[in-house]
Amino acid sequence: MKKSVTIEKKLMKSGESSGRIRRRDFFKLLGGGIFIFVHPFDPFEILSMPAQQARSLSKDFNAFLQITEAGLVNCYTGKIEMGQGAISSLPQIMADELEVPYERVKMIMGDTDLCPYDRGTSGSNTIRTFSLFMRAAAAEAKAVLLLLASEKLKLPVSRLEVKDGIISEITNSKNKVSYGELTKGKRIEKHLNGQAILKEPAKFKYVGKPFLHQDARVKVTGEAKYSADIQLPGLLHARILRPPSHGAKLVNADVSEAEKIKGIRVVRDGDFIAVLSDDRDRADQAIVKVKGEYTFDEIKADDKTIFDRILKAKSTANVIRTNGDQETGRKVSDTVIESEFHNSYVAHAAIEPHAATAMIEGDKITVWVSTQAPFRVQESIADELKFPLEKVRVLTPFVGGGFGGKSPHQQAVEAAKLAKITGKPVVVAWTRQEEFFYDTFRPAAVVKIASGFDKTGRIILWDFHTYYAGSRGSDTIYDVQHSRTTDYSRGAVHPFGTGAWRAPGNNTNTFARESQINIMASKAGIDPLDFRLKNLKDEKMIAVLKAVADLFGYSPAKTPSGRGFGIACGTDVGTSVAHMAEVKVDKKTGHVQVIRVACVQDMGLCINPQGAKIQMEGCITMGLGYALTEEIQFQGGDIKNHSFDTYDIPRFSWVPKIDTTILEHKDQPPAGGGEPGIICMGGVIANAVFDATGARLYQLPMTPERILAALKS
Amino acid sequence: MEETIRFELNGKQTELPLDPGQTLLWVLRNKCGLTGTKYGCGMGFCGACTVLLDGEPVRSCMLPVSDAAGKKIVTIEGLARNGNLHPLQKAFIEHDALQCGFCTPGMIITAVGLLMKNPEPSQQEIIEGMEDNLCRCGAHVRIIKAIQTAGKEMKGGK
Repeated sequence: MKKSVTIEKKLMKSGESSGRIRRRDFFKLLGGGIFIFVHPFDPFEILSMPAQQARSLSKDFNAFLQITEAGLVNCYTGKIEMGQGAISSLPQIMADELEVPYERVKMIMGDTDLCPYDRGTSGSNTIRTFSLFMRAAAAEAKAVLLLLASEKLKLPVSRLEVKDGIISEITNSKNKVSYGELTKGKRIEKHLNGQAILKEPAKFKYVGKPFLHQDARVKVTGEAKYSADIQLPGLLHARILRPPSHGAKLVNADVSEAEKIKGIRVVRDGDFIAVLSDDRDRADQAIVKVKGEYTFDEIKADDKTIFDRILKAKSTANVIRTNGDQETGRKVSDTVIESEFHNSYVAHAAIEPHAATAMIEGDKITVWVSTQAPFRVQESIADELKFPLEKVRVLTPFVGGGFGGKSPHQQAVEAAKLAKITGKPVVVAWTRQEEFFYDTFRPAAVVKIASGFDKTGRIILWDFHTYYAGSRGSDTIYDVQHSRTTDYSRGAVHPFGTGAWRAPGNNTNTFARESQINIMASKAGIDPLDFRLKNLKDEKMIAVLKAVADLFGYSPAKTPSGRGFGIACGTDVGTSVAHMAEVKVDKKTGHVQVIRVACVQDMGLCINPQGAKIQMEGCITMGLGYALTEEIQFQGGDIKNHSFDTYDIPRFSWVPKIDTTILEHKDQPPAGGGEPGIICMGGVIANAVFDATGARLYQLPMTPERILAALKS
Repeated sequence: MEETIRFELNGKQTELPLDPGQTLLWVLRNKCGLTGTKYGCGMGFCGACTVLLDGEPVRSCMLPVSDAAGKKIVTIEGLARNGNLHPLQKAFIEHDALQCGFCTPGMIITAVGLLMKNPEPSQQEIIEGMEDNLCRCGAHVRIIKAIQTAGKEMKGGK
């Protein structure tokens, strides 16, 4: 162990953590033990944040690890659990580094009183970025414990070994001391300095092994609590008057009929009108009795004209990357193909609608929120109620699916406001219609590509323009001499809210890129896998492509081969991923049945292969929706989809046979796992449909109508 | 408006003064404290609110509580016996057949109903039986396997 590891026995000055929960408050709540504080020293993350949001992150910690006097390891983090499995995989890393049994590590997540600031759970960052710090913290904690044991046993650290939370002399295992004994009566604080030596990957006991979801038991018994499940005495259920469309303004409201209903309380604050009751059914009955009159700002867009609006929007062009010269590329190419790809607005449609339960006691409010970003919720509520930050406690119970949609948190502010006005605890649990209305959809987008290749099938030209999709995944993965990537996304173009949707931007960009690659391969008369391999230099990508071909049992053929085989690949959050799919297309109805999907990804060090494979399966299944059916229909600000009868998400009968493989590299840092598996689903199915029928689809979703239209043309 | 409504809830006789028009979902969640039954869409499309009514899976969000009077209701909380999980609950854990867990109670209850009618369903019969229960995380393939496993265990155990 390095000499630089020293034990700081004096307490650090409390109260320096800039308006947040102060350190002494942590201690008051948590008692003694060894604490390792983790700095989020990722400069890019801090730079990209607004000043208020960063909240002096650079000076302070954003997670910590506590070894308790009972020898338990508690990890306090503002990250949350929404089904992605961090609650199961983070303890694997910590148990390994600390040499404690897995069961002794506990995650305390998303509680703004107990956990230090975190900007939110998104971008597959929990393992990819955050876990690196936690792993280092665990190594640091072990170093501290070894030093303590060295003092206690009067032996140099080099003669000690650790197993299952017990430090013993290497040559005499009876001469030993447990973590709990070492921690007893102490309060030791250290800040992560990154100098502790990490365990060699070859010695991992838990990392890299499949672990089941830790939270499965409470989820199968109904014990697991979500934000609308908090039972409080005197709890009021609120329903809020909603406008009929985006762009509508309330000018007059008649609440008299609602007020007549027994047990209903009507709250009015400007154009915010709510009805509350201790009985949800009654609140449901009352809200429809509130009659609102509105004026409308006309929004000239609908789900058909939106693409024109996007292309005509006056965004500045942001050239992300340029290589070579476009003009030369065009001249040198033997064939140039220009294509335009569209995709519609897509909803997050988590099965749990947004919910929040708020309770005020004295001068403090506690709010249970279904959110991916508890600390941002804390700020919004403090702003709305004019409460100091430390008087707002946000708790994050289990979150019933997020996918990017639960970073926005309007429902929490509504619940907090109503709790303040009524003086009673209030739950705001959105209806499915509210969920569709206020969702921050994946943006509708257009991608235009001009690409060219020579007689040998080498891509010479690549000119990629992405409009309002977001730039993630827009850079080409292929080795092209003359290439350019341009992003257009400035200024308002969407008639309603849009936001991050699982692998934001990448689904659209990968669909367009991978379709275009197959269009070229087909034109060149080359098998689409061979065409890719011919034009790739990236060895990781080449390896996943070859592996997916093996897994799928692929044999090369020119497209369309009639077999219905598709291929697509891409990168997301540091992971390289490739898919192959087989589809059947009913040429009479236009229905596409996906028979099987194979997916291979290289995600560096994989912490929990079981969890990672489940994410891949989930991505593939969820991706069938945006590829085949999911599309928000709207007229101006009026969202036509209110529930799952008109917005079709994947069902059991859609699900293909799924095969997944992870190419592991234990010596590399972990990459993201929550999103890569979804990015190819549009492209792989579009390419499979072409291979089956010869019909090329340029628009997602590939509805039966669009398939039939493409078959005709 | 209120009247006394009686039903058997998870094996216990229950008697509550209720407005008969109230939906069973909110009665279970708010009057009986059983929050394992979820609101997902309120229109019967997603299945998160499914409970057993006299052994039949029903959408509690659409059911007036008066229709449950005199009947046996089983919710997700009523499946385990003396701390022993129901074979379906065990199989869901074993196959990791869930992610966020929000659709899980409705999935399990629907599957209980399915296996009561058809103890050895084929894969196609499972798909048809579960078709109207929605899962957004994409746990479908594992849910199918869990139901197959539980079906085998239940058959062997009886």
